[in-house]
Amino acid sequence: MTDRTLAVVTAGLSQPSSTRLLADQLAAAADEALREIGVTTQVEIVELREHAHDLIDNLLTGFPSPALGAALDTVLGADGLIAVTPVFTASYSGLFKTFVDVLGPDALTGMPVLIAATAGTARHSLILDHAMRPLFSHLRAVVVPTGVFAAADDWGSGDGTATRALADRVKRAAGELAPLIAAREPRGPLDPFAVPIPFEQLLAGG
Amino acid sequence: MQVGIFSVGDVTTDPTNGRTPSEAERIKAMVTIALKAEEVGLDVFATGEHHNPPFVPSSPTTMLGYLAARTERLILSTATTLITTNDPVKIAEDYAMLQHLAGGRVDLMMGRGNTGPVYPWFGQDIRNGIPLAVENYALLRRLWREDVVSWEGTFRTPLQSFTSVPRPLDGVAPFVWHGSIRSPEIAEQAAYYGDGFFHNNIFWPMEHTRQMVALYRRRYEHYGHGQADQAIVGLGGQVFMRKNSQDAVREFRPYFDNAPVYGHGPSLEDFTEQTPLTVGSPQEVIERTLAFREEVGDYQRQLFLMDHAGLPLKTVLEQLDILGEQVVPVLRKEFDARRPAHVPEAPTHASLVAAASATASQGATTGALSR
Repeated sequence: MTDRTLAVVTAGLSQPSSTRLLADQLAAAADEALREIGVTTQVEIVELREHAHDLIDNLLTGFPSPALGAALDTVLGADGLIAVTPVFTASYSGLFKTFVDVLGPDALTGMPVLIAATAGTARHSLILDHAMRPLFSHLRAVVVPTGVFAAADDWGSGDGTATRALADRVKRAAGELAPLIAAREPRGPLDPFAVPIPFEQLLAGG
Repeated sequence: MQVGIFSVGDVTTDPTNGRTPSEAERIKAMVTIALKAEEVGLDVFATGEHHNPPFVPSSPTTMLGYLAARTERLILSTATTLITTNDPVKIAEDYAMLQHLAGGRVDLMMGRGNTGPVYPWFGQDIRNGIPLAVENYALLRRLWREDVVSWEGTFRTPLQSFTSVPRPLDGVAPFVWHGSIRSPEIAEQAAYYGDGFFHNNIFWPMEHTRQMVALYRRRYEHYGHGQADQAIVGLGGQVFMRKNSQDAVREFRPYFDNAPVYGHGPSLEDFTEQTPLTVGSPQEVIERTLAFREEVGDYQRQLFLMDHAGLPLKTVLEQLDILGEQVVPVLRKEFDARRPAHVPEAPTHASLVAAASATASQGATTGALSR
């Protein structure tokens, strides 16, 4: 039986992408860390590349296509989120930001979030703390202390030290995310139409 | 079933020839379109209210008063009346006057307006949209229903022993619809008062419309106005028709691709699939519209948007001919055949007067018995 749902949003564009590779490693590590504390997890991957056109359409029309709507519901209804973007021009990619814009201002309030990013070189690693963390803080998400950044070097060069160091960071971040997810009541599907504000309350000023 | 049209009143360049109508042409075109609506047998013409370019209808009762004099049967309505930025006192006066001039052929659809800069032009703040809609409408109802009103609220100066004139025709306020696309609070407001709820679903997926209408119906019953399926529901619609589907698609595509709201976005095909937009034969429009009922239940008013995206007047009038001759008679017949007897028609001035006098005579009888 599934106890919790973990959404994994990945904004890589190439196939295969190192962004997706990192997302998969983080998801597997989080799944493992949750299992160790007695929680089974359903992992749902959202590949933003598949929704690129629909995201722009959503900006223009104000509503999501059925496929994008399902992806948004996956994130809205999840108990935790792993968000992974490639670095484009000194920040998260435009595609990644567009998805966050479309999610809306209240979607991630209180949600445990693990932030991660990929780039060609380690010189971009501060993106996690100067771009990703403020973005999710603005959305009132609960961002775990360890962010995971992977540069080309981390995927395997030289003696393997870098690869092992990446694996350690993945494990540490997942270990921080898991107890936050386990501590929350399962969110379940959202229904904005379920409990309206009674009109007497609206008449009384709110 | 009432079937009609609503106009946003936008001045939009025709993308096929680059021609932009003048304000004068557009205003005259709106009048011509409304007169055509009566000629082809439609029930309702509703005008938008906007206070910024590229829209012309800033003064709805001026236009509707003129139309009242030139029509016999058409119900004159709004889509929408800005309950947020208009003074409710002026709405009460203007529409009571219109009601007298039009012999009761008037109702209104309340809306908030979603253009941020408009609010401060009228001394308001868009962040107060819902509270303004709630307070202003509560006052408007009292102004129409009570001869002398003393009132104090948040958004306008207090009223001391104020009488809004003229009093509503036959002592019965115009029927009110509340229009909202995505605010459950407005569905709640419509339900609380037992007013109509209009979902202008033309730019939105039907699934969303279904949920908003279901909420309104559930709360209508909760507030004791009747069963959920007796609530008064209206829907928007957007169609373009030619005898052959392919011709309709070919002719409409450039207008779709450049339309102010959704242009340069999703394809015509995607948008047709995801929203109520129907581009095709009259038979396809009939089938699509009848299918709305399966989503929202038996409903009372269907308004189509026909004059937008820069379509030339000649084309709009042709569309209205097709709508009146081939679509509306079938829709009326089919909707009426499907509607159970206990589900009411949309209220009209005549039905509201009859209901009021029935209540009054019932009250008199009860009073006599108790004595």
